[in-house]
Amino acid sequence: MIKFFLMVNKQGQTRLSRYYEHVEINKRAMLEAEVIKSCLSRSKDECSFVEYKDFKLVYRQYAALFIVVGIDQTENEIAVYELIHNFVEVLDKYFSRVSELDVSFSIMFNLDRVHIILDEMLLNGCIVETNQNRILAPLFVLDKVAEG
Amino acid sequence: MPAPIRLRELIRTIRTARTQAEEREMIQKECAAIRSSFREEDNTYRCRNVAKLLYMHMLGYPAHFGQLECLKLIASQKFTDKRIGYLGAMLLLDERQDVHLLMTNCIKNDLNHSTQYVQGLALCTLGCMGSSEMCRDLAGEVEKLLKTSNSYLRKKAALCAVHVIRKVPELMEMFLPATKNLLNEKNHGVLHTSVVLLTEMCERSPDMLAHFRKLVPQLVRILKNLIMSGYSPEHDVSGISDPFLQVRILRLLRILGRNDDDSSEAMNDILAQVATNTETSKNVGNAILYETVLTIMDIKSESGLRVLAINILGRFLLNNDKNIRYVALTSLLKTVQTDHNAVQRHRSTIVDCLKDLDVSIKRRAMELSFALVNGNNVRGMMKELLYFLDSCEPEFKADCASGIFLAAEKYAPSKRWHIDTIMRVLTTAGSYVRDDAVPNLIQLITNSVEMHAYTVQRLYKAILGDYSQQPLVQVASWCIGEYGDLLVSGQCEEEEPIQVTEDEVLDILESVLISNMSASVTRGYALTAIMKLSTRFTCTVNRIKKVVSIYGSSIDVELQQRAVEYNALFKKYDHMRPALLERMPVMEKVTTNGPAEIVQTNGETETAVLETKPPPSGLQPANQANDLLDLLGGSDITPVIPTAPTREPASAGGELLDLLGDLNLTGIPSITAYNKNGLKIDFTFERSNTNPSVTVITIQASNSTELDMTDFVFQAAVPKTFQLQLLSPSSSVIPAFNSGTITQVIKVLNPQKQQLRMRIKLTYNHKGSAMQDLAEVNNFPPQSWQ
Repeated sequence: MIKFFLMVNKQGQTRLSRYYEHVEINKRAMLEAEVIKSCLSRSKDECSFVEYKDFKLVYRQYAALFIVVGIDQTENEIAVYELIHNFVEVLDKYFSRVSELDVSFSIMFNLDRVHIILDEMLLNGCIVETNQNRILAPLFVLDKVAEG
Repeated sequence: MPAPIRLRELIRTIRTARTQAEEREMIQKECAAIRSSFREEDNTYRCRNVAKLLYMHMLGYPAHFGQLECLKLIASQKFTDKRIGYLGAMLLLDERQDVHLLMTNCIKNDLNHSTQYVQGLALCTLGCMGSSEMCRDLAGEVEKLLKTSNSYLRKKAALCAVHVIRKVPELMEMFLPATKNLLNEKNHGVLHTSVVLLTEMCERSPDMLAHFRKLVPQLVRILKNLIMSGYSPEHDVSGISDPFLQVRILRLLRILGRNDDDSSEAMNDILAQVATNTETSKNVGNAILYETVLTIMDIKSESGLRVLAINILGRFLLNNDKNIRYVALTSLLKTVQTDHNAVQRHRSTIVDCLKDLDVSIKRRAMELSFALVNGNNVRGMMKELLYFLDSCEPEFKADCASGIFLAAEKYAPSKRWHIDTIMRVLTTAGSYVRDDAVPNLIQLITNSVEMHAYTVQRLYKAILGDYSQQPLVQVASWCIGEYGDLLVSGQCEEEEPIQVTEDEVLDILESVLISNMSASVTRGYALTAIMKLSTRFTCTVNRIKKVVSIYGSSIDVELQQRAVEYNALFKKYDHMRPALLERMPVMEKVTTNGPAEIVQTNGETETAVLETKPPPSGLQPANQANDLLDLLGGSDITPVIPTAPTREPASAGGELLDLLGDLNLTGIPSITAYNKNGLKIDFTFERSNTNPSVTVITIQASNSTELDMTDFVFQAAVPKTFQLQLLSPSSSVIPAFNSGTITQVIKVLNPQKQQLRMRIKLTYNHKGSAMQDLAEVNNFPPQSWQ
């Protein structure tokens, strides 16, 4: 099961955080800082799986943004690695151009949208939907309603 | 009041803050504005305010005053409001707050809403943070939605059901009928979540598991379609059709096939097919292969399939991608217990991984290497592992050292090799060795009698250069104290003996005592060693006396106490000194003391408990002059004390395991067990205070004839309810005219407190002919076994 889903930039600022298992709010900042520290200290050649306390971190770097997912022992690490990439592709599709600079901006200013996308993909730590069109369908509806 | 700012504005403003304090100020100002807006019950902008609140919550600021507002948003009719409201509920609320119960009614209404997206929202929220009360109330609605034909809702309902089952396990039965045709769906989202639901139900209840086993053929069929279907644009990820679903199905198959032959057999074909047909060039393919391997190893698959799986892992090990190698090492670690031989084939690749730069991979490779060490490869593996110990990061050194000690103890091909390996570990990673390793090492060294001279010489050379590594210095000091006489007499056979004088030895021990780097414990070891040398060295006793008296006023209380006691030994009890500081006898390994060590089986089964050791054949090599076991007399080196069976063994060291210290030596009469043809055998008894069913019998064999008896072997047998352990005899020659005796220790375990009986067999050579006799001993005094 997926314990948490984080998007953190290189300076350690959290861009998105979603916890599927309850963590106290004051512990969250510390957790995020430690997690990003262990991910940043690894070089490009090292593998993307880090053992942290009693769960594993799967992380992927996209330019200045790190996506880190915490999983427990029952998950297939490589599948989660692919899931992260799927998520980024969905974001790309929705925001139409997720490039070096725009990544943080688009995500930051549309945080609620990103949460909705994440909710369509993951529910309570399990994968719901991986097909990109089906994930984005409710969002397009929402956008239409918001405009009208 | 001006309209509250939009979320974007807020974010932009916060980004301009240059310090943490500035940011905090901005946030507080905005919080105040939001609070007053909430107080005014402003419907239009509530949505916007809550969105901002969520953002601030993410940054780590408290946002609990927005919880009620979320509820109000949920109750609103506008979709945008509901959206933010539910999101806020998921982020800000959990079952610890009482407020969440108020949501129940809203969710219930929304679950029956006309718009599927609203229903979806409700399902999502319930599935994320519903408490057990909410789940109980709403389970019926969820179950209804599980049966709907709308795939968008069905998939969410399935995961919501998973959450309900986790919270309220009794409700699992309720969802059973709905699962009947879940797998008939074409929609992959529904399939995926249905498989998750089935997995959850199977994991929770063995009855469900048995019930769902009949679904195996259907799952196999779905998997087959996925593989064979060719390109499908909907589900394609890098050329493979819906890998996430494949992985999920494989996992469910794993759970269904575990411990069940029929299901496992039904899966064999499809597993083989997936294993051979999946593209390995892309990462997704590897994910599927990984899951397949895990499944094959877990179910009762045929051996050909298992070999296939291990070969896949072997190929993973050679892959350039670190992630794949990591995953391979992890899986191999899981399977090494069951398929030991197959994994051994990949040993060289695994050992190469020890040299990898990546920390995660190194750790896995180290654990796996220890699991692979066995009697055949121990020399080669140890070389690699020692090299690894030299070069690895400090966080590994402690684990590696402990692992090496364990492996060396189990598989050492020779005592000398064992001692050499220990020396190597102590000198390279000396400061990382765990504290409990020191007594184990000392015990090991004591027990390898013939290596004493060699060991002490090497240890001496090791600390000559550098005495900063505490465990090394501790072991070395202890050995020098015990075997210092061997050191100065240059008796080493194994290697070139070095010329050491007594003064040089004392120099090094004194430097350890003085050095700032020595820990208090180490100083204790050194002082005791110096004291022991007073009986083993001849010319430097005065120097020792001087050193000991200096420490009588040491600030360290432990040192001071020891020094004062040793001083007293010199002054008032000098006649007891040799006896007290005698050589230590061979120690028994007590597995109950100290931290429990996990015994790795490496393909063999072992039980390592002291009590159940089967009685040895009783034939100790008679030529091993094992004078260290002579408990009642002195050894050759130090003067013999008049036999006193109640001698307290030397407790000057204090830090060592000492089983004999608590023997009850009061008044059990000794018996003559055998007396024939000039051979007399006496039994003396001791009972242990700690273990009342153990009786320690010491036999003494004497010879009153005029010729020696040689090659004497004593064997004993006891009834089935007892257990017997014979230790090595003191020698195999009984000199004539009662001028000496052979002693041997027998331990009898008598848990049922039955009357002790023993049958003994004696073989020896006398007057040029071989003699043999059998006898029964029935005259055991009651105190020896009651």
